[in-house]
Amino acid sequence: MAEASASALRVEHISKNYGAVTALRDVSLGVKYGEALGLIGDNGAGKSTLIKIMTGYTAPTSGAIYVNEEQKHLHSVNYARSLGIETVYQDLAMISELSVFHNMFLKRELLIPRTPFLDNHRMKREAQEFLLTLGVKLPSVDVEVSKLSGGQRQAVAIARALFMNAKILLLDEPLAAMGAREGAAILELINNLKKKNVAIIMIGHNYAQVLEVCDRINLLQRGVITYDKIVSSNSMDELNDIIIREYRIDQKQAESSAAADGANIVH
Amino acid sequence: MSQSNTSQSQITSLRRQLTQNPVSQFFLKQREASIAIIGILLILYFETQTSVFLSRYNIINLFQFTAETAIIAAGEVMLLILGEIDLSVGNVYALAPFIMYFTVQDHFPIIVGILAGLLVSAFIGFLNGVVTVVLGIPSFITTLGSLYIINGLTLTISNGFPELTPGTGQIVNIMGGGSYSEMIWAVIVVFVLQFVLSRTRWGMYTFATGGNIIGAKEVGINTSLIKIGNFVIVAFLGGLSGILASFRISSIDPLAGGSTIMFSAIAGAVIGGTALNGGVGTVIGSLIGVIVLSIIKDGFTLLGISAFTFDLILGISILVAMLLNVRLQMLRKAGN
Ligand SMILES: Nc1ncnc2c1ncn2[C@@H]1O[C@H](COP(=O)(O)OP(=O)(O)OP(=O)(O)O)[C@@H](O)[C@H]1O
Ligand SMILES: [Mg+2]
Repeated sequence: MAEASASALRVEHISKNYGAVTALRDVSLGVKYGEALGLIGDNGAGKSTLIKIMTGYTAPTSGAIYVNEEQKHLHSVNYARSLGIETVYQDLAMISELSVFHNMFLKRELLIPRTPFLDNHRMKREAQEFLLTLGVKLPSVDVEVSKLSGGQRQAVAIARALFMNAKILLLDEPLAAMGAREGAAILELINNLKKKNVAIIMIGHNYAQVLEVCDRINLLQRGVITYDKIVSSNSMDELNDIIIREYRIDQKQAESSAAADGANIVH
Repeated sequence: MSQSNTSQSQITSLRRQLTQNPVSQFFLKQREASIAIIGILLILYFETQTSVFLSRYNIINLFQFTAETAIIAAGEVMLLILGEIDLSVGNVYALAPFIMYFTVQDHFPIIVGILAGLLVSAFIGFLNGVVTVVLGIPSFITTLGSLYIINGLTLTISNGFPELTPGTGQIVNIMGGGSYSEMIWAVIVVFVLQFVLSRTRWGMYTFATGGNIIGAKEVGINTSLIKIGNFVIVAFLGGLSGILASFRISSIDPLAGGSTIMFSAIAGAVIGGTALNGGVGTVIGSLIGVIVLSIIKDGFTLLGISAFTFDLILGISILVAMLLNVRLQMLRKAGN
């Protein structure tokens, strides 16, 4: 049993380059059991890249990863999963041509005992029951995922991640395609998971939603963490201030470069 | 304007009628069924026109012609679902019996020769897969290269001359010599592979890799292994088919198979409902597709249509079948 202050998942000095592009620069963060960390930042800031490193999908260029305070080399998604890490990817990782229940059981299929054959009956039944307990409404677990709406697809992706009793849950914009009611249901679900001592990292662009469930917020800007605070009543104002300040800086830069262009033209 | 609107809505309602009618629902769901019906209609047509189409002799002939291609098509379906292709399989078909022949020349029993032929075939598939996956070369290019290499190899070791197939007794009958043995092999291969495809992890991962390779990797599927494995399967089946053929005709021809049988297999798979861009396909469908192609070929031959016209009509039939397939897929999507 890990001590109360110890991290469930922690990364230190993580950098990631894609060729000439630096997606992450010396990023360190961690999350404890029973805690939800909100990760926010502009498009292209490096949030998804960080998630993919923590789930064993991509290797960092440098830096260390600790699970239960033990350094781990997450060489594969399967290995990360064996450590209790489950992920909802931004692209959902759904196979359109496969049925809902096959997608839910992908890479953890149930087989008919002592045979290599898929136990479709049991998978179908268990998927159906589980989706019902989550309150996810679908025409049937038999339909191809290509025939689901964007929000339904997202619900199935979340259900899949929850299905295996994850100890550490990574959510990359889990509510992006959700209606208000469905989104609220998922937020409630996340709050319940926290009570069950699951460690959660959630990426989101909707600050209200992120602040509703997260205990701490990290802001990632151009590959660097620039803000790390416990959520409080004035978090929303602080974040808004940062965004407005950023926007002003961007505008000034745009103006000055436009001015420089103008000067060039005069010359 | 309003006129085009009404015709638009008429089309929409027609489409809805088409897709919601239980009969067409059945055909949309069971793509194989529509191709099978076409096959049966063709048989009836050729039987009334020639009256020998359903004779025992012709049926055996048809079986043998179908079986070798169907065995290859079954493997090719696995690759097509992955969005990959093996152009070299027809040349493995020619090489494998020579490997068998030379093994027997070295005083090994025929069964060892057969196994050696199959092993070499599988190894070629392995190389095709590794080059495609590890070096990231499109399989169209990889296997186009190996097509020539394997052909060159076969011609070199055989000096370009045919040989008599070795072996006597029961094994010859089992391995393609008996009238129905090739068809029995084909049916076994098709049913086993269809089962693998629809009822095992391997099949599920094949669909997943072909449908969304990034998603498949994200859930932890070893997509490289799935791809290489399926390259091995198709090449192995190419070798098996070639060995069966060598026992059937009692000789081994360095120019047998090649691109002709490979393209027939791919055409059969596509006619049977497999999409060339991956994600969908059935092995049973490919068998039916190959049977339909064989019926057309055989029927035309019996009708005495010249070989020149024959390719023309065959090409058009393939195009029509593929178009039909694409339309059916669109209807299936709209049907939801
Ligand atoms: N596979 C890749 N190859 C090359 N560059 C990549 C790759 N994946 C991400 N990048 C780059 O890394 C940077 C960070 O991307 P990332 O997807 O992590 O951003 P993000 O914060 O998740 O953005 P968003 O809010 O839009 O999802 C971007 O500049 C992106 O172009
Ligand atoms: Mg992202």
